[in-house]
Amino acid sequence: MSDNHNAHDIQKHVKKYLFVFYALIVGTVVTVAVSKVHFGSVTMNIAIALFIACIKGFLVAGYFMHLISEKKMIYGILIATVFFFASLMYLTLWSLEPTSLIHMK
Amino acid sequence: MEIPYTAESRPDTGLYNAKVGIWLFLASEVMLFGALFSTYILLRVGADPGKWPHGLLNVNLGMINTIVLICSSITVVMAWASLKLNNFGKFKMFQAITLLCAVIFVGIKSYEYHDKFTHYEIQLKDGRVVDGHMKEQTKDQVTVSGHYLHTEEAGAEAKEGHSHQTAEVKHEEITVKRDDIKYMENYGPWHNTYMAIYFTLTGLHALHVIGGALVIGFLWGPGSKMWRTEPERFTNRIEVSGLFWHFVDLVWIFLFPVLYLL
Amino acid sequence: MSNATSHAVPHAGVHADHHEELGFFRKYVFSTDHKVIGIQYGITSLIFLFIGFSLMMMMRWSIAYPGKAVPLVGPLLEKVLGDVAAKGVISGDLYNSFGAMHGTIMIFLGIVPLAFAAFGNFVVPLQIGAPDMAFPRINMASYQAYFVGGIVMLVSFFVPGGAAQAGWTSYSPLATSIPTQGQTYWLIGMVLLITSSLLGAVNFLATIIQLRAPGMTWMRLPFFVWAQFVTGFLLLLAFPPLEAAGIMQLMDKVAHTSFFLPTGLQLTSLGHISGGGSPLLWQHLFWFLGHPEVYVLILPAMGIVCEIIANNTRKPIWGYKSLVYSSLVIGFVSFIVWAHHMYMTGMGMKISTFFQTTTMIISIPSVIILTCLFLSLWGGSIRFNTPMLFALAFLPMFGIGGLTGLPLGFNYSDIHLHDTYYVIAHFHYVVAPGTIFGLFAGIYYWYPKMTGRFMSEFWGKVHFATSFVFMNLVFQPMFAQGMAGMLRRMVDGGANYATANTPGTTGGLSDTMIHTNQTISMAAWCLALAQVPFIINFFLSIKRGKKVESDNPWQATTLEWQTPTPPPHGNFVKTPIVHRGPYEYSVPGRSKDFTPQTEA
Repeated sequence: MSDNHNAHDIQKHVKKYLFVFYALIVGTVVTVAVSKVHFGSVTMNIAIALFIACIKGFLVAGYFMHLISEKKMIYGILIATVFFFASLMYLTLWSLEPTSLIHMK
Repeated sequence: MEIPYTAESRPDTGLYNAKVGIWLFLASEVMLFGALFSTYILLRVGADPGKWPHGLLNVNLGMINTIVLICSSITVVMAWASLKLNNFGKFKMFQAITLLCAVIFVGIKSYEYHDKFTHYEIQLKDGRVVDGHMKEQTKDQVTVSGHYLHTEEAGAEAKEGHSHQTAEVKHEEITVKRDDIKYMENYGPWHNTYMAIYFTLTGLHALHVIGGALVIGFLWGPGSKMWRTEPERFTNRIEVSGLFWHFVDLVWIFLFPVLYLL
Repeated sequence: MSNATSHAVPHAGVHADHHEELGFFRKYVFSTDHKVIGIQYGITSLIFLFIGFSLMMMMRWSIAYPGKAVPLVGPLLEKVLGDVAAKGVISGDLYNSFGAMHGTIMIFLGIVPLAFAAFGNFVVPLQIGAPDMAFPRINMASYQAYFVGGIVMLVSFFVPGGAAQAGWTSYSPLATSIPTQGQTYWLIGMVLLITSSLLGAVNFLATIIQLRAPGMTWMRLPFFVWAQFVTGFLLLLAFPPLEAAGIMQLMDKVAHTSFFLPTGLQLTSLGHISGGGSPLLWQHLFWFLGHPEVYVLILPAMGIVCEIIANNTRKPIWGYKSLVYSSLVIGFVSFIVWAHHMYMTGMGMKISTFFQTTTMIISIPSVIILTCLFLSLWGGSIRFNTPMLFALAFLPMFGIGGLTGLPLGFNYSDIHLHDTYYVIAHFHYVVAPGTIFGLFAGIYYWYPKMTGRFMSEFWGKVHFATSFVFMNLVFQPMFAQGMAGMLRRMVDGGANYATANTPGTTGGLSDTMIHTNQTISMAAWCLALAQVPFIINFFLSIKRGKKVESDNPWQATTLEWQTPTPPPHGNFVKTPIVHRGPYEYSVPGRSKDFTPQTEA
C-alpha cells in the first residue's frame, strides 16, 4: 500500500479517509443512543453494542491501517494472532462453565 | 554492509522492515489487551447475578473522548497522506492537532479518575449506605454530596442499570459522624472487580496514548529533521507511528461500550 | 541490607559480571552489534544459570540433611540474609524463596536468554546472510531490559521478607498473601523480562522475514533459523497474556484489587478485600505462557543439535521438510495444550479431555523431530568431537523427558503423579540434560567463530562424560521417588511423611526413598564439580585455545562460516548469494564432502 502511489491515488484515499471518519462519528453516537434503548434482554443490548464496535474496528483497521490492501505476510501474522487470541478467550471461558464456578464463590 | 530495506520495500515480501516490526508488535498488543478483555468477560460472568455495577461512569465524557480519539486518528492518517503529497507544512499542522487531541484525551481521563477517587461509598452502622462525592472530611465527621441507598435499592439499581443512567437521582449534602461509619471506601480499583478492571484497562490504554503521543511528538519536533535527508524513510516512520496510534484508537473503540455502556 | 563486604553467591555473580564489563564499557554496554549483544546475553545468562544452580545446591543440602547447618556457606547465608538462615540452617521460608527463584532464574534469566537471545543474536543474522538485526537499537534495549529485570530479581533476595516464595508459577492467592515485598519485585522483574522478550521476538521475526540474503528462500534456511522463527512467534504471542496477568497481580498486591482473590477469602495479611476474582484465571493466563514456554526452551536446542548432527555425520539431515513442518505444528498446537498443568483444579471433565487430547497430539511432531534426528545418524561417518557428543546425548535425554511426560498428560495418571518428584524429573530431563546439553553443544560448536580459537577437546570430553553421568544420577531416582508419592517443595525432603515418622498409617515414604535424597544430593554436588572444567576451559581458551586454521574449521555448509573470524561489524565482506540448501554434505561428484550454501 505504501509504495508507488501517485498524487492522484492519495487524493482518492483522502476522500475515503474522510468518509470513514464520518462513519466512525456516527457509529459512536449510534452506540450511545442504542445503549439507552432496551432490546428485550441485556444480552441483546451487549450483542448490538459489540456489533457496532466491530464495524467501527473494521473501519479503523481496514482503512486507516490499510489492512484492506495489505501484503500477504501481514495477513499471515494476524491470522495466527487471531487463532491464538480466540483459543485463549474461548478455552478459558469454557473451563469456567457454571459447573466450575465454585472457584469464584 | 548497511541494513537493507529500511526505506524501500523488500521485493518478495513487499514490505519495509519497520512495517513488519510494528505489525508484529501490534500482534503482541492484541494478545495483551485480549487477555485483559478475557478477564473482563470472566469476572463479569462470574459475578453474582445482578451485582455487576452499571452507570458508574459518565457516558458523555466517554463519548467525547471517543470522538477526540477518532479525530486524532483521521489527522494522523491525513498527516501521512500530506507527506506522500510532499506537503510538509500540512503534515506539521495535522500532527499538531493529533498531539492536541492526545492531551485532551489524557486530560479528560484524569478528570474521570479524579472523579472516581473522590466518589465514596459509606456504610453506616444502622445498615444504610451513603453514596456520593466527598465535600469535606474532618476528624469527627464527613460531608458528601450524594444520596442514601438501601441495600435492596442497591441491588435493584444494579439490575436496572440502563434505566439508572436516565433517572435523575436527587443529590443532597449529607453529613455523617465518624462514629456512625462502619466502613468507608472510595471507588478506586480496590472497590470491586469492575473498578479494578476499569482502572487496569483504561490505565494501560492511557499509557499507550502517552507513549504514542511521545513518539508522534518526537517525530513532529526534533525527529522531523529526517524529512530533509531521507524523506522516504521519514514517511515510513510516520506511517508506522500512525499504525500504533490507530491501534490505540481501536482498543478504545471496544473499551468505550464495554466499560461505559454495557 | 547488602553491602560491599557481602559475598553471597547471587551477589558475587553480579559483581563479577560488572567488573568484566567495566573495562570495555563503551564497547560492551552500549553496543548495537548483534554479535556483541549475543555475547552479552551469553555471559549474563551463564552467570544467572550459575546462580540458579547454586541455589539448588543449597536446597539439596536441606533436602538431604534437614535441619542441619549448610556447610561452607551456612554462616555467610546467616550474615547476608539474617533470621531466615539462622545458624546457617535453611528455614522453610528461605527454602521456598530459593525454590521460587531457582525456577524463575533458570527459566527466565538463564535458559531462554541463552538459547533464544544469545545464540539467536549471534548466529541467526550470520546464518541468513544479514549484516545485523533489523532493529539494532531495539536489540540493545532488549538486552538492557533483561539486565535490569535480572538485577531486580536479585535485589529481591535482600528486601524485607525475602524473595518471592510462591514458586516460579506464583499462584494466587498464595503469591498475593505471603507478606513479602519480594513478590512485588518478582512481578516488576517479570514485566521487564517480558518486555525484553517481546522486543527480542519482534526483532528476530522481522530479521528473518526481511533480511535473508539473496537466494536464501524459506526452504533453504538452516533448521536452527526455523527453530528460532517458531520460538519468536511463541514468545511474541504467549508472553503478553502473562504480562497482563503480572500487571493484574501487581494491582492485587499494590492497589489491593481482587482480580485473583475470590469472595469470602479472609487472610490477615490481605486485610479488607472486595473479592469477586478468580484464582483459576491466574493459572490460565500463567500456563498460556507456561506451556509454549516449554517449546521456547526446547526448540532452539533442537535447532542447535540439528546443525551439529548434520555437520558431524557429514550427510544431509534426514527429512528437513518434516523438521520444518513439525516445528510449525508444534508452534501452533503448543497454544492449546496449556491446561494439562491444571487437571487438579477441577476444571471439569470435558475440558480436561480436550486438553488431554491436544497434549497427545503435540507429542507427534516432537517425536517426528526426534526421529528425523536419529535417522540422520544412520550410515554417517560420525566425528565424535565434544559438540557432537553433547548433541548425541541430547537425543535420548530429550526422549526420556518427552516420553515421561505422557503419563502427566493423561488425566488419570496425572492425579497420582501431580506435584511429585516425578514431575521434577520429567521436566528437568527435558530442560537440563536436554536443552542445557544442546546449549553446551552450541557453545563448543560456535566458540571458534566467536573467538577464533577452539575450546580444549580433552577437557570438553571430561566435562561431557562427568555431566552425563551425574545428570542421570540426579534425575533418574526422582522418577522412583515421585511414583512412591514424594511431593515436591518440601524443605525436609519428605522426612515428615516417612514411614518411621508416621506410625500406624500406611503409605508413608520408605527409608529407601528418604535415603535416596542423600544419593541425589551427592550426585548434584558432583555435577557442580563437573562444571569446573567447563568454566576454566571457557575462559582459558579465549587466550590459550588452539587457533583455528581457517574461517570454516568444522567444514560446515551454512553461511556463518563464510565470514571472517571473528566476524567484523557488518559481518560479511560482500553480500552472500545463496545457491543451495543448508545441508549439502557428501554430495556425489564433488571434490569436497561439503558444499557451502554460497557455492554455485
